[in-house]
Amino acid sequence: MNITLKVWRQAGPKDAGKFETYQHDGIVEEMSFLEMLDVFNEKLLEAGTEPIAFEHDCREGICGSCGCMVNGRAHGPKDGATLCQVHMRSYKDGDTITLEPFRAKAFPILKDLVVDRSAFDSIIQAGGYISVRTGAAQDANMRPVEKAIADEAFDAATCIGCGACVASCPNGSASLFTSAKIAHLNMLPQGEPEKYKRATAMVTAMDDAMFGACSNHEECEATCPKGIGVEYISQMNKNLIWGELFEHDS
Amino acid sequence: MLDLNSRCPDGPIETAWDRHRQSIKLVNPANKRKYTVIVVGTGLAGASASATLAELGYNVKAFTFHDSPRRAHSIAAQGGINAAKNYQNDGDSVYRLFYDTVKGGDFRSREQNVYRLAQVSVDIIDHCVAQGVPFAREYGGLLANRSFGGALVSRTFYAAGQTGQQLLLGAYSALSKEINSGKVKMHNRSELLDIVKIDGHAKGIVTRDLVTGEVTSHAADAVVLATGGYGNAFFLSTNARGCNVTATWRAYKRGAGFANPCFTQIHPTCIPVMGDHQSKLTLMSESLRNDGRVWVPKKAGDFRKARDIPENERDYYLERIYPTFGNLVPRDVASRSAKKMIDKGHSVVQGGSGVYLDFADAIKRLGKDAIAEKYGNLFDMYKQITGDNPYETAMKIYPASHYTMGGLWVDYNLMTNVPGLYAIGEANFSDHGANRLGASALMQGLADGYFVLPYTIGDYLAPQPHGFDDTSHPAFAEAEAQVKAKTDKLLSVGGKKSADHFHKKLGKLIWEECGMARTEPGLKSALERLPAIREEFWSQVSVPGSGAALNQQLEKAGRVADFLEFGEIMLRDALTRNESCGGHFREESQTPEGEALRDDENFQHGAVWEYAGEGKPSIRNEEALEFKYVLPSQRSYK
Ligand SMILES: Cc1cc2nc3c(=O)[nH]c(=O)nc-3n(C[C@H](O)[C@H](O)[C@H](O)COP(=O)(O)OP(=O)(O)OC[C@H]3O[C@@H](n4cnc5c(N)ncnc54)[C@H](O)[C@@H]3O)c2cc1C
Ligand code: FES
Repeated sequence: MNITLKVWRQAGPKDAGKFETYQHDGIVEEMSFLEMLDVFNEKLLEAGTEPIAFEHDCREGICGSCGCMVNGRAHGPKDGATLCQVHMRSYKDGDTITLEPFRAKAFPILKDLVVDRSAFDSIIQAGGYISVRTGAAQDANMRPVEKAIADEAFDAATCIGCGACVASCPNGSASLFTSAKIAHLNMLPQGEPEKYKRATAMVTAMDDAMFGACSNHEECEATCPKGIGVEYISQMNKNLIWGELFEHDS
Repeated sequence: MLDLNSRCPDGPIETAWDRHRQSIKLVNPANKRKYTVIVVGTGLAGASASATLAELGYNVKAFTFHDSPRRAHSIAAQGGINAAKNYQNDGDSVYRLFYDTVKGGDFRSREQNVYRLAQVSVDIIDHCVAQGVPFAREYGGLLANRSFGGALVSRTFYAAGQTGQQLLLGAYSALSKEINSGKVKMHNRSELLDIVKIDGHAKGIVTRDLVTGEVTSHAADAVVLATGGYGNAFFLSTNARGCNVTATWRAYKRGAGFANPCFTQIHPTCIPVMGDHQSKLTLMSESLRNDGRVWVPKKAGDFRKARDIPENERDYYLERIYPTFGNLVPRDVASRSAKKMIDKGHSVVQGGSGVYLDFADAIKRLGKDAIAEKYGNLFDMYKQITGDNPYETAMKIYPASHYTMGGLWVDYNLMTNVPGLYAIGEANFSDHGANRLGASALMQGLADGYFVLPYTIGDYLAPQPHGFDDTSHPAFAEAEAQVKAKTDKLLSVGGKKSADHFHKKLGKLIWEECGMARTEPGLKSALERLPAIREEFWSQVSVPGSGAALNQQLEKAGRVADFLEFGEIMLRDALTRNESCGGHFREESQTPEGEALRDDENFQHGAVWEYAGEGKPSIRNEEALEFKYVLPSQRSYK
């Protein structure tokens, strides 16, 4: 099949950037979306031009490296999938595909479709952990954890840190990302002691990193490739309120 | 000749590690903060080591070429992590895990290292649970287990099909805590391109900032490599696309021995290749063999749909040939068996290679929901890629390159033969011999990083002066100049072909001649053909753009250039090891039933390759292996 690619090309962080339009033919259905881009990049290389820069690594939906806006939707047309999990059978001959980087104040563009998502790391560094030293733990089965709670903590922990939620949010908020990590740790008995401190520190870090506020658009949930839900955001807000009360009490 | 003293403690193996810890030198707690350790790689091994070293008080400079430690290839591990907890009360013990691992490795690993690994396995689970890793649990709230190949007990802990993700996020959170505390200085998007030795000791590294292109020197009192495996030598593999041999190869060129490069693992259950454009292969976790049954049609060339082939026309060949272990034979055995079936014409993929992995019986026995709970995400992944629904039809699978047992040679302290240079995780060769058992790589990476290296490194550091921070030493300037020269050379070739083009050529050569079955003529011919690919690369590769900016082609080309050199010792190692063991199958050396036939008299050793200078053939050294507890026998899974 033949498609028209409209791609955001930006040489570096300081470059203004613009869309370029290309024709790409000879695409087969079994190709993954990223393989389609690989093949196109080979063509650019043969012509001696710089290929389109895009991030990817595992190519199976788990590392969170890949992702850009595809026809205005983060990770492309499929629900519950990252861009590397999209196959060209989702498209037909003659389609136009527009590719743009994830845009957000907190995610500066580095080149073409590559953005800097290190602001996510700073949120985790502020409190996305349980403070336990190596070697200090008791036997793992000493403290049973109800299966339903363990399962739910796991669901919250499946976030891959891709940034689709931020790019889809009109405010560029990282509330879904942040709240999912808080939920994972705060739900477990191990995470209990630092519960309020964690929520406050992570939310402060999120604000400091130039992410916007949440105003309940819920676009994040709609595009999250891992199906993480907005209920964690309200849990996070409750943690914050309790945290404040707690602080004033003590 | 390399100094290959393993420094393994003598005496009873059960107490060896404890006695060793008693005897090694300790760094005074007040002095720890005066030492700086460089850790390159922040996957399971590197993140856990960085966090633990920092907790102990050392200063850590950590490096990854990824944009965040959370992206390391460890994130993709699916099935689980072993530990000798015996929570199932099914007769597991430290000794049994040790025994299974030595036997599974086909008697090509060091007993003392493996015993220690089995011992600390239990601490890993305790620690990860305390960190909040959400392992699967039973209704009573206790931890759940599953079985993996090569074992008759259930000792594998898991978090659905995303165990690596959850363990890495745990290690990443511990690392993040220490970044926050200021003990770890994290360098993302920084690629190691050389190692710097001063007076024979590793004292620093040279990196390239992948965003600005800046080449920088970093000094420290010791250097730890946790840079993962070289499975992408095959081009197509289950590894993430960024996995590469650059760090360990550059270490090798600075004098570190590279052990057993031909010991590579071909995983039996991956989604088969589906065209020329294919960029990577997707693993379907080994845990699926708990419930899936492997079969091919009895008649060669039978391409009817799986469901249309009646029971009596199917050959469940693993259950037939290996009644004791059945579908749960180790990976090397399962892969070779699949290849044999394909070679005899029983492929289930028209024009390609594949066998069936069928869940019909398990769904009938346990119900669809139970299967979905255990393997849901894997089934979804399979459907996304192939368009077929494994709840309704059998999966098609085929072996693919997956893991590398070979790596930098290390002693019992995990130090290479270069003083002050350590290798941990998949980057070293230490524990898996000629074949790794499923769910043992996560265990090894975390054992090295959390529980071994942070203590053994003190033995080296204690007598060293602390606080080495002098990047003005000429050795740094020399290494930087070499790195820049190589970058400039890649940028100036001006050819027309992508680095991937050459990577694919190399991969095809290695897969065909140094894959699941290897022969003397095949390996010799590969060694003759390899230099031509290398030359073509250096005259035809296209790397547009500049070295002073983000340039993914430049990164890729540099890694491919190293793979093209590395391929040589992989092939030579396979050629010299004229025996079959584990994943290394020399067709010349097999039992009458076609199983791997070891030659203990001549090859009961680790082969350690030594760099001899540009253009000179590498030198093969040997570390003899002794077995006092698990006596070498013909491995049998029948
Ligand atoms: C699909 C898949 C599934 C698997 N499932 C399992 C399983 O279920 N159980 C199990 O036990 N094992 C499994 N394995 C194996 C296991 O995941 C790996 O062996 C293990 O995670 C390797 O960890 P590591 O820390 O050594 O290296 P990695 O996780 O590969 O990390 C390497 C690190 O080094 C960095 N790096 C590399 N080179 C450089 C350089 N030159 N400069 C700077 N940084 C560099 C990278 O950025 C990264 O941070 C699986 C492997 C695959 C491919
Ligand atoms: S490349 Fe890893 S999630 Fe897409």
